[in-house]
Amino acid sequence: MSLVSQPEPSGSRSLDPHLRRYAARAAGMTASEVRALFSVASRPEVVSLAGGMPNLAALPLDTLSTQVADLIRQDGMAALQYSSAHGLPELRDQIGEVMALEGISAHPDDVVVTVGSQMALDIVTRIFCDPGDVVLAEGPSYVGALGTFASYQAKVVHVAMDGDGLVPEALRAALVAAEEAGRRVKFLYTIPNFHNPAGVTLAVERRAEILEICRAHRVLVVEDNPYGLLGFDGQTYPALRSMDPDNVVYLGSFSKTFAAGLRVGWVLAPHAVREKLVLAAEAATLCPPALNQMIVSRYLATHDWQGQIKSFQTTYRERRDAMLSALEQHMPPGCSWTVPAGGFFVWMTVPDGVDTKAMLPRAVTARVAYVSGTGFYADGFGSKQMRLSFCYPTPERIQEGVRRLAAVLAAELDLANTFGPINQRAGSGPQVPGPDIA
Amino acid sequence: MSDLAVAVLSGGLSHERDISLRSGRRLSAALRSVGLTVDEWDVDSALLERLREQRPDAVVVALHGVEGEGGSLQTVLEMLDVPYVGSDSHACRRAWDKPTAKIELARAGLATPDWLVLPHSTFRELGAQPVLDAMVDRLGLPMMLKPDQSGSALGAHVVRDAADLPAAMVGCLAYGETVLAEKFIAGVEVAVVVVEGSDGPVALPAVEIEPKSGIYDYTARYTAGLTDFHTPARLTPDAAAAVADLAVAAHRLLGLRDVSRTDAIVAEDGTAYFLEAALSPGLTETSILLMAAEAAGRSLGDIYAGLVERAVARAQ
Repeated sequence: MSLVSQPEPSGSRSLDPHLRRYAARAAGMTASEVRALFSVASRPEVVSLAGGMPNLAALPLDTLSTQVADLIRQDGMAALQYSSAHGLPELRDQIGEVMALEGISAHPDDVVVTVGSQMALDIVTRIFCDPGDVVLAEGPSYVGALGTFASYQAKVVHVAMDGDGLVPEALRAALVAAEEAGRRVKFLYTIPNFHNPAGVTLAVERRAEILEICRAHRVLVVEDNPYGLLGFDGQTYPALRSMDPDNVVYLGSFSKTFAAGLRVGWVLAPHAVREKLVLAAEAATLCPPALNQMIVSRYLATHDWQGQIKSFQTTYRERRDAMLSALEQHMPPGCSWTVPAGGFFVWMTVPDGVDTKAMLPRAVTARVAYVSGTGFYADGFGSKQMRLSFCYPTPERIQEGVRRLAAVLAAELDLANTFGPINQRAGSGPQVPGPDIA
Repeated sequence: MSDLAVAVLSGGLSHERDISLRSGRRLSAALRSVGLTVDEWDVDSALLERLREQRPDAVVVALHGVEGEGGSLQTVLEMLDVPYVGSDSHACRRAWDKPTAKIELARAGLATPDWLVLPHSTFRELGAQPVLDAMVDRLGLPMMLKPDQSGSALGAHVVRDAADLPAAMVGCLAYGETVLAEKFIAGVEVAVVVVEGSDGPVALPAVEIEPKSGIYDYTARYTAGLTDFHTPARLTPDAAAAVADLAVAAHRLLGLRDVSRTDAIVAEDGTAYFLEAALSPGLTETSILLMAAEAAGRSLGDIYAGLVERAVARAQ
């Protein structure tokens, strides 16, 4: 008796009938083992030091819910209607007040409201970058920005950082090298304050020099500043935009200072650039959600939002302290990490021989998650680093997470002792120096 | 049948959580489409209480990885006398541990690639390089490395150059303490789903797997378009019969129940080699089982509704 049931021939298939239709920029959009592992990180059993989710516990939810209900009742016809691609005028005025805290003086017409600053980054890249153009970015850099640059087929060249942020000499060298190679550098993408993922801040005395270098090489600066108001001692730094309004495009966000779920951000750009950004925004989303803009606007108008930010600063400082203390207590010799003065992240460098990407499954098994440094480089570097977030877990969970992570690291060092230094053998190449000072 | 209430268990905490959630959603929709009442449950500390309170007619385990295939969950279901679809706890333990499954099949005279099982401690105690050299001497190159207990090709590596072996070992050992190294067999990669019905275990048409990169790794498995599938596999009638026989033999020898998937290689000489058996086959949009079912003229809902009925009948 045959054990094979009689098949109807169905032939060959790739499971994707559109395969030949995709643009070249979709080539990198594939399933990934690492992304799959993060699915586990969302479970409460896992201490996630991976995500950068803001802590919303301190928000006045009762007040907000009343305000939103009032808003729909009173202004529902506008709140639920299309609006302008430029953004609501009242909110743009208020954004000007927010930016003034970091020394920016801008006309509200030069602000374009976006669906989170991620969209701002998208439309800025869209209007400036052709495939093959070079974008300079700190090494490491924000993973979401790298994804945007990749989707426009821009080539990212990383520029070294140290404990004081972007290194001017390295920037100059990168620009000269690109020019000598005949590459078109379109802009420098930089996160000057409380960097994601590195946790460091660009020294004030370097800021003018960075701007001068870019101006001399006719390269635009894109300043991404989502964390600037989250200095743990309430300190702020002069925005690059405040020092060179004509050559800096500034990206801002309410995701860290109010509510990430509303997806309200903005871009401030020189007048001519702004005109193109409005058209690009219109093509992308027609307009940002009016309701969400009105919620933010009402919050800014009626709530002590600066007091709320102070409350966030206190919370994040406690969590930063918990993480630094736990790292000091548990991490083996050979580890070093940055000490952020604000923001959400610590950047840790592990001893030779440990590959943080290869180690991730072991960490997930031990119920702790982090992001390997390789995610923050466009070129596969970063295998000796990891980003640790302290923004979301409580101090107690941070302590526990770091304790688990130290045990994972010890086991991985044991493997490295057995098989040799993997991250060197794996051909990661010379690392762009990261901010690995303790 | 439409009166039956089923709980589909998916998610969990294994490395394959994401795949499991996708399997669970697809299976649940398929079972609803044939009239069953379905609850989808993520597996967590509330599971036992839910099972006691809600007493579904049967549970379908769509968990992948050790949580769904290692036998522990099945033990819990057996303790609670909850009918469930799939292999019992003993069979799970036998098949989930890849070396144990290979031993069972080799003992029965079936072909499986020559293999070695080595824990990290052996390399630590004896020195890595001499042991790695001996592995290469024994199995040759290329060589397959995989965790002794894992699914979805997580941690699996094809090593073509001895210099890459240490890094592959570290990548593999991130998923467990022990490595299964296999001789690499060149040939046609196939997967055969076996489904039990009133006539016993029946092999559905073999699905041939042709990854464009040459390696059927995680990315090739779960990115539509990176792998070409041929259903039925482009095998001679003899080879097609051989892999079907192999899959049914594996199902029986390992004591599996209801449904399984055997991964195999048909070598150039026509020999069908057993690689491993999956106890909770993937049910995502890129999964083999769906293609095999379609080729056999059956739907996912029909197959699993039949298995639910069998599970319920077993308990009566």
